[in-house]
Amino acid sequence: METISIEGTPKTPTITFDTGKGFLEIKGRSIPENSIEFYKPLVDWLEKYAGKPQAATNVNIQLEYFNTSSSKCILDVFKKLEAINKNGSAVVINWFYEEDDEDMLEAGEDYQAIINVPFKMVQVAE
Amino acid sequence: MMLDIYDFYDKMERNNIMLSFKGDITSELLTSILQIMESKLDNLQEEPKIKKKVYNVLVECLQNLYHHMDEVAPEQNDVIRSAIFMIGKIDNQYNIVTGNYIRKENVEGLKKRLEDINLLSKEELKEYYKAVLNNGEMSMKGGGGLGMIDIARKTGEKLNFNFSPVDDKFSFFSLNIKISQ
Repeated sequence: METISIEGTPKTPTITFDTGKGFLEIKGRSIPENSIEFYKPLVDWLEKYAGKPQAATNVNIQLEYFNTSSSKCILDVFKKLEAINKNGSAVVINWFYEEDDEDMLEAGEDYQAIINVPFKMVQVAE
Repeated sequence: MMLDIYDFYDKMERNNIMLSFKGDITSELLTSILQIMESKLDNLQEEPKIKKKVYNVLVECLQNLYHHMDEVAPEQNDVIRSAIFMIGKIDNQYNIVTGNYIRKENVEGLKKRLEDINLLSKEELKEYYKAVLNNGEMSMKGGGGLGMIDIARKTGEKLNFNFSPVDDKFSFFSLNIKISQ
């Protein structure tokens, strides 16, 4: 079991994936022009993790901004989590949004409507 | 030709243009523009809600330009590959204007898509967004046709656009986005 991480940049988020603890966090901004390339390693790690997941997998999504190009990749990540949830690991996705950021809350609700995994909407102060 | 720079300045001043650019749209350029605009929005002490909305819509507008540069073949001259972008603020309303060349054969498809988006209510836009997000094919660049739907959704305004014929191969596509507080 290992911890995998990607350092954030002004256009891409910080990703931390502690496979031993079953904890994944995506934090910061996700506005790259080419998001497929950026999210590919994470999707691959999840694929690997799906073979031997922890009993519970906690996921924190704390994004300040994300573009529509990232939104499809985030959906791909959630689809992997959906499969992991189905195969016995209890997945919870914590979707963080800042107070008053209705657009971010709505974005979380869009995913919640598509993905069959428990979501928790978590409001944080600005 | 001598450009009347004062006339140019005056027009920009009257439209309260905060930033404008004309030329080739690169990833580095977008990073710089976004950094400049973010500090300008901070200096204006905009509410976080407005700041985020403007920033988000700006990202989509600029990345639209970026992704569509390639549609105009690289062998074309720099003029044809060039695009224009402006952002201004008048009476608490932000205006983002973009313009870029588009191949004639792509005009009808884009026009239809934008007109269709303009027919949808807020609730229908939400459903359409989710449908495209979930079922839509992702283009290699990751655009996937969500940008315009997202802009319409976040601004709550109709997409205001125009196509001006240029020659037998190209038209000039312009988009005018309003973000009200």
